[in-house]
Amino acid sequence: MSWQSYLPYVLVMAAVTYLIRMLPLTVLRRDIRSRFFRSFLYYVPYAVLTAMTIPDVMYCTGYGPGSEGALWTALCGLAVAVLLAWRGKGLLTVAVAACAAVAAAQGVMLLL
Amino acid sequence: MKATFLQGVRHGIPIALGYLSVSFAFGIQAVSGGLTPLQAVLISLTNVTSAGQLAGLNLMLQGGSLMQMALCQLTINLRYALMSLSLSQRLDGTMTTLHRMLFAFCNTDEIFAVASSQPGRVGKWYLYGLMSTPYFGWALGTLLGAVAGTLLPAFVRTALGIAIYGMFIAIVMPPAREKRSVRVVVLLAAAMSLCLRYIPALSFIGSGYAIILCAVVAACVGAALFPVEEDRA
Repeated sequence: MSWQSYLPYVLVMAAVTYLIRMLPLTVLRRDIRSRFFRSFLYYVPYAVLTAMTIPDVMYCTGYGPGSEGALWTALCGLAVAVLLAWRGKGLLTVAVAACAAVAAAQGVMLLL
Repeated sequence: MKATFLQGVRHGIPIALGYLSVSFAFGIQAVSGGLTPLQAVLISLTNVTSAGQLAGLNLMLQGGSLMQMALCQLTINLRYALMSLSLSQRLDGTMTTLHRMLFAFCNTDEIFAVASSQPGRVGKWYLYGLMSTPYFGWALGTLLGAVAGTLLPAFVRTALGIAIYGMFIAIVMPPAREKRSVRVVVLLAAAMSLCLRYIPALSFIGSGYAIILCAVVAACVGAALFPVEEDRA
């Protein structure tokens, strides 16, 4: 990608992300009083991460016209990740196991 | 001073190892989308956020507008405002405004989680120790993925693509199992996300705005139905 089109994007990304983290630490030192807003902020991370995962995770192994089988390898990885995360395994374990499940599923698909 | 710095470094190493694998996948994805390795590493050095970078990369490659980029980052990263706010109540006297501005740069989900699990108040040396190895791991992983990712066999590269989603799932599942309120919010966000993607009449909403819409609506419903206890938010 050319630097002319790349740099404005990265500047906006970095500035917005930094200000979100920095302003509450420095400017707003008081507690937020609104119970609704505090509750809203509590649920935001879970809603964001879910919306980013579903349905994009189904396409992360290249599922699309001409490679329909990739959907199954992605679903294998998703199932393993959900199962281990449900049992409370850590970030590293879940991420590595999901990768291993996709790799194993690709091997099985090759044999079929 | 030195002891607390080293203690922070020790606590940061597991986070750094996790970041290494996830940012490796990000590096591969950035380069396969058309970015140079330097451009990929620069994103990681200036943003230090998995979900935001992934969404930002996709918007960049789709040629989204800068306003869309700003709104997308604002929504996806809004959770950091809550974390910063919460952590700001736990800092000791060594965290002057300047140090708060420096630490803010690295206040990720995992660093926040470890920092706030420390007993009592935390100071600058501990926090600088804690953020040092994950920051380095995040940048190094991106570089390795961007440079050496193409040397890996195709099936390994494909398998690594799911790493970042594995991390998201690992963050969401434990509270979703424990609390019905989080479960409802998560299921609602997933259902909305599927509708926005697959109902043709709604496809005019770009993927950047779709994430914002799902998150804001699901979190508002959660806040209205299940207001959190005063000490939990």
